[in-house]
Amino acid sequence: MEYLNLILAILFQLAQLLLVVLLAPLLTGWVNQCQAWLQNRSGAGVLQPYRVLRKLFLKDAVIAHNASPLFRVTPYIVFGCMWLAAAIIPIIAVDLPFSQAADVIALVGVFAVARVFLALAAMDIGTAFGSLGARREMLVSFLAEPALLMVFFTASMISHSTQLPRIVDALAHHQFMLYPSLAFAALAFVIVLLAENARIPVDNPTTHLELTMIHEAMILEYSARHLALIEWASSLKLFAYISIGIALFLPQGIIEAGNWAGMPLAIALLLLKLLAAGAGLAVFEAISAKLRIFRAPEFLGTAFLLAVLGLLIHFLLGA
Amino acid sequence: MDAVGILPLDVVGWLVQFWVALGVGGLALQRAPHLINRVIFPLSALTSLLLALAGLWALAAAPNILVLPLGLPDLPFHLRLDPLSAFFLILLGGASLGVSLYSAGYFKAMAGGTLGLVCLEYHLFLVGMTLVLLADDAYMFMVAWETMALSSYFLVTTDHNIPEIRKAGYLYLLIAHVGAIAILLSFGVMQGGNGIAAYTFDAMRAAHLTSFWSSVAFLLALFGFGAKAGVVPLHVWLPEAHPAAPSPVSALMSGVMLKTAIYGILRVTFDLLGTQLWWWGVLALALGLITAVFGVMFAAVQGDMKRLLAYSSIENIGLLLVGIGLTIIFHVYGKNALAALSLTATLYHSLNHAFFKSLLFIGTGSILHATGERNMGRLGGLIHHMPWAAVLMLVGVLAIAGLPPLNGFVSEWLLLQAFLLSPGLPNSYINMLVPVAAAVIALAAALAAYVMVKFYGVIFLGQPREKALEHAHDADLWERSGMIWLALACVALGLAPVFVVQQIDLVSHALIGSGLGNAATNWVFLAPVDTERASYSPLYFLLAVLGVMLLTTILVRRLYHGRLRRSAAWDCGFPAQTARMQDTAEGFGQPIRRIFEPFFKIEREVPSPFDTHPRYHGQTEDRLWYILYLPVKLLTEKLSSLASLLQHGRIHVYLAYTFVTLVVLLVFV
Repeated sequence: MEYLNLILAILFQLAQLLLVVLLAPLLTGWVNQCQAWLQNRSGAGVLQPYRVLRKLFLKDAVIAHNASPLFRVTPYIVFGCMWLAAAIIPIIAVDLPFSQAADVIALVGVFAVARVFLALAAMDIGTAFGSLGARREMLVSFLAEPALLMVFFTASMISHSTQLPRIVDALAHHQFMLYPSLAFAALAFVIVLLAENARIPVDNPTTHLELTMIHEAMILEYSARHLALIEWASSLKLFAYISIGIALFLPQGIIEAGNWAGMPLAIALLLLKLLAAGAGLAVFEAISAKLRIFRAPEFLGTAFLLAVLGLLIHFLLGA
Repeated sequence: MDAVGILPLDVVGWLVQFWVALGVGGLALQRAPHLINRVIFPLSALTSLLLALAGLWALAAAPNILVLPLGLPDLPFHLRLDPLSAFFLILLGGASLGVSLYSAGYFKAMAGGTLGLVCLEYHLFLVGMTLVLLADDAYMFMVAWETMALSSYFLVTTDHNIPEIRKAGYLYLLIAHVGAIAILLSFGVMQGGNGIAAYTFDAMRAAHLTSFWSSVAFLLALFGFGAKAGVVPLHVWLPEAHPAAPSPVSALMSGVMLKTAIYGILRVTFDLLGTQLWWWGVLALALGLITAVFGVMFAAVQGDMKRLLAYSSIENIGLLLVGIGLTIIFHVYGKNALAALSLTATLYHSLNHAFFKSLLFIGTGSILHATGERNMGRLGGLIHHMPWAAVLMLVGVLAIAGLPPLNGFVSEWLLLQAFLLSPGLPNSYINMLVPVAAAVIALAAALAAYVMVKFYGVIFLGQPREKALEHAHDADLWERSGMIWLALACVALGLAPVFVVQQIDLVSHALIGSGLGNAATNWVFLAPVDTERASYSPLYFLLAVLGVMLLTTILVRRLYHGRLRRSAAWDCGFPAQTARMQDTAEGFGQPIRRIFEPFFKIEREVPSPFDTHPRYHGQTEDRLWYILYLPVKLLTEKLSSLASLLQHGRIHVYLAYTFVTLVVLLVFV
C-alpha cells in the first residue's frame, strides 16, 4: 500500500510537471485578456500566448556576434528553473515527492539562480540597455528576495516546517485559525509578486519605452526559440508565484496525502482560484500607475518591513 | 595505526618542518627561479594535500598532545591536535593546495631574488597559520600568531616600491598588533595570575573565572581576533591590505588567515572559557550583522576587483560571527541541538568561504597578469579571451552568491534553519531579535548576489572596454589546475553536504558536547532536525534541473529546428553603440550608493552641461575612517609632539631630568 502511494505520488508529481508547463501560458493569456476587457478592448483571446510561442519557435534565432555560450545556455537554465519551481508547489495535492529535495529556502534559491543567469546574460552582449536592465533587476530583487524569504519564514514558523507540503498541510488541514501574522505576510507577498513578475507599478510588461524597462530591457537581445523559452519561463514564474500565494494564503481545497478521490474537486477549485487571482492582478494593474525607478526600492522596502513585521507578530502573539 | 605509534600530530609536525625546508630551499634557489616555480610550489601543494588528509585523520582520533623541548624555561611549547584544530587544518590544507598549485604558475614573471624571499615568507606564513591551530599554550600561540602576522606583512609589501602598498602594509601591521595585544591580555586574564605555568591552555580550561573576569577575557579576545578577522569597526586594514598583496597571498589571507581568527574566537569562547553568558552571544550577533551588511554594501560600490572581494570577505566574516553568536545563545540556554546546528553552519561556511574566496582571488590574479588592470571599469568581455578562468570563476561567483546547488547555499540554508528553529528561548528580548537578524541575513545574502553579478558581469561579460584586452591570455596550466581544484571543491561541498556535516559533527561533539546528526535515512538528503521540518537534497536538485534542461533542449530541437544566425547586436536599433556605453563598475553600483547614501562618504565631481571637456569623478569612502580612526591618529600625533617637548638634544637637560628623578625617588622611597 505504501509503495502504491509512493508510485501514485511520483506519477502525480510528473503530472503536475506537465500540467504547469502547459497551463502557465493560459494564465498569462487570461491576465492579458482581463486587462483588455478592463481597457475596453476586445483582446487577442486567452490562447494568444501559445500562438506567440509557436511563432517564436518557428523563427531562426539571431544572436549578436560577440554573444558567449553563457548567452545561449541561459534561456534553458531560466526555463528549467522556473519549470521546476512551478512544479514543486502544492496546488492540487500535497503529495509531491520532489519537494523534499527543495524546501522553501531552496525555492527562493531557484528563483535566484534564474535571475542571476538572466542578469548575466543581459550583460553579455554589452549593450547599454542590457546592463541597465540587469542592474535594475538586481536592484528590485535585492529587496524582493528577502521579503519573500520572510513571508515563507512566517508560514514556516506557524507550521514548524520549511517544506511546502507540510506548510500547506498545517494551514489547510489542521484546525482553522486566523493568523494575524499571515495577513501581514500576504500584503508583503502581493508586493513581491508584482515586483518579481515585472508588473505595474514596478515594471510594465507591455512597455515599449526602453528607458523605463526592467525585465524587457534584459531580454532585448534574445530572439526566436531563446525568446520563446524566456517568455514561457516568465509565464511559469507568474504561475509559480500565484501558486505560492494560493498555497500559503488560500490553501483550502488542496487535498491531503493519499486522498486521491478528492482530486476532481481540488482541480476545479484550483482553476477557480487561478481565474480569480489572474482577474485580481489585472484589476490591480488597471488601477495603479507605474512608479519611478527610485520609488521602487521604497515600495519594496515596505514589503520587506511588512514581512518582518509579520514574523515579529508571530513571535509576539504566537499566531 | 596506533600500533605503529604514529599519531596525526607527528605527521603534521613533519609536514610543518618540510614546509620550513621548502621555504629555506626557495631562498637558496633564488638563482634558479624556474626550480622554485616548478619544484618548490608543487611540493608545497603536495604538503598541503597531506596536511588536509592528516586533518581528516585527526578529526576522528582522540586529541594528540606534544610538548616540545623548546620555548621558555618553565613554559615549553605545547602542541595539541583536537577535532577543532583538525577541522581548520583541513580548511588550511584544502585551500592552500589550490593556491600553491596556482602559485607555481603565477610567480613565474617575478625576478629570482624577490621570488626566493616571497617563497620563504609564503611558507613561513603557512607554517605560522598551522602552528596557530596547533598551539596549546599562550606563548606558543602568540609566537605562531606573530609569525603569521609578520610573514603576511612582508608578503603584502612585496611591491614595496609603491607608496600605497607601503601604507597599506603599515596599517595592516598596526591593527594586527593592536589586536595581538588584546589577545595577549585576554590570555593574561584567563590564566588568572597563577604564575607562568598557568599559561598553558590546559590550565586555562581548569581555571574557574568569575563571570566578570571571563567577560573581560571574552571581550578582549573578541576585540583581538575581531581585528584580525576584519569585524567592523576594525576592518579598515582589510580592503587596503588584501588588494596590495600578490593574488595568491590575498587568497590565503582572505580564505585562510581570517579563519584563524574565527578559530581563535571559537577556541577561547567554547574551549578555554568553560561557561558563556547570553549577552556575549547577542554582542557577537549584533556585531556580525553590522559587519555583514556593511561589508556587502561597500562591496557593491567598489570599482577595484580585489577591493570588492576584500569587502565581500568582511561580509562573510560577519555571517560567521552571526553563527558564533547564535551558537553562544543556544548553548547558554541549553538548546544543544540548535547550538550544534548553528555551529555546523558556522564551520561549514568557514570551509566554503576558504574555497570560493581563494578561487576568486587567484582568478583576479590571472586577470591581473593577462591585462595588468585591477580596475573593473577597464575590463570587460574577458570570457572570450580567458574561457578557462571565466568558467572556473563563474563557479566561484555562483557559490559565493549562495545559489543552489553549490556550497554557499548549503551553509546559508543551515544558518537560516537555525534562525527558524529558534523560538522558545526563555529571554523574550532575544526572541524579538531573532527575526530581525534573520531578515538582515537574508538582505545581506540578496545583496551578495547583486555584488557578484556586478563582479562577473563587468569583468567577463560585455564588450572589452579597452583595446589592449584583445590580447589577454588565459590562465596557464598550473594556474588553471589550482583553480580547477578549488572550483571542484566548491561543487563537491555543495553536492555532498551530508558527508561534510558528519565530519563537522565530530567537532561539535568535542566543542559543545552535542552534534547535529542527520535525521534522514539516506545520504542524499540533508535534514538537520527531522525530515518533517526541513530537508534539502542538492544532488536531486541538480539532477532535476539538468534533466528538465536536457528535456527542453531535445524537445525544442526535435520539434522545431536549431537554426542560428549571427548578426550585429540589436540594441533597439540604436546604431552608434560603443563599449563605453556599458555599465561601468561604478554605474552598476550606483543604485546601492543612492539607497544607502547616509552610510557612505561620497565625493563627486559632476560636469556641467556646458563643459567642453566634461569629466566625471566619484569616490565613495568609509565614514568610519573619519569618525573613529582620524581622531585617534590626530590624538596620537598631538601626544607625541607633546612628548617631544622633553627632547632637547642637549646633554645637561637630560642630566637635569636624571637628577630630578633621583631626588623625587629619594623623597618618596
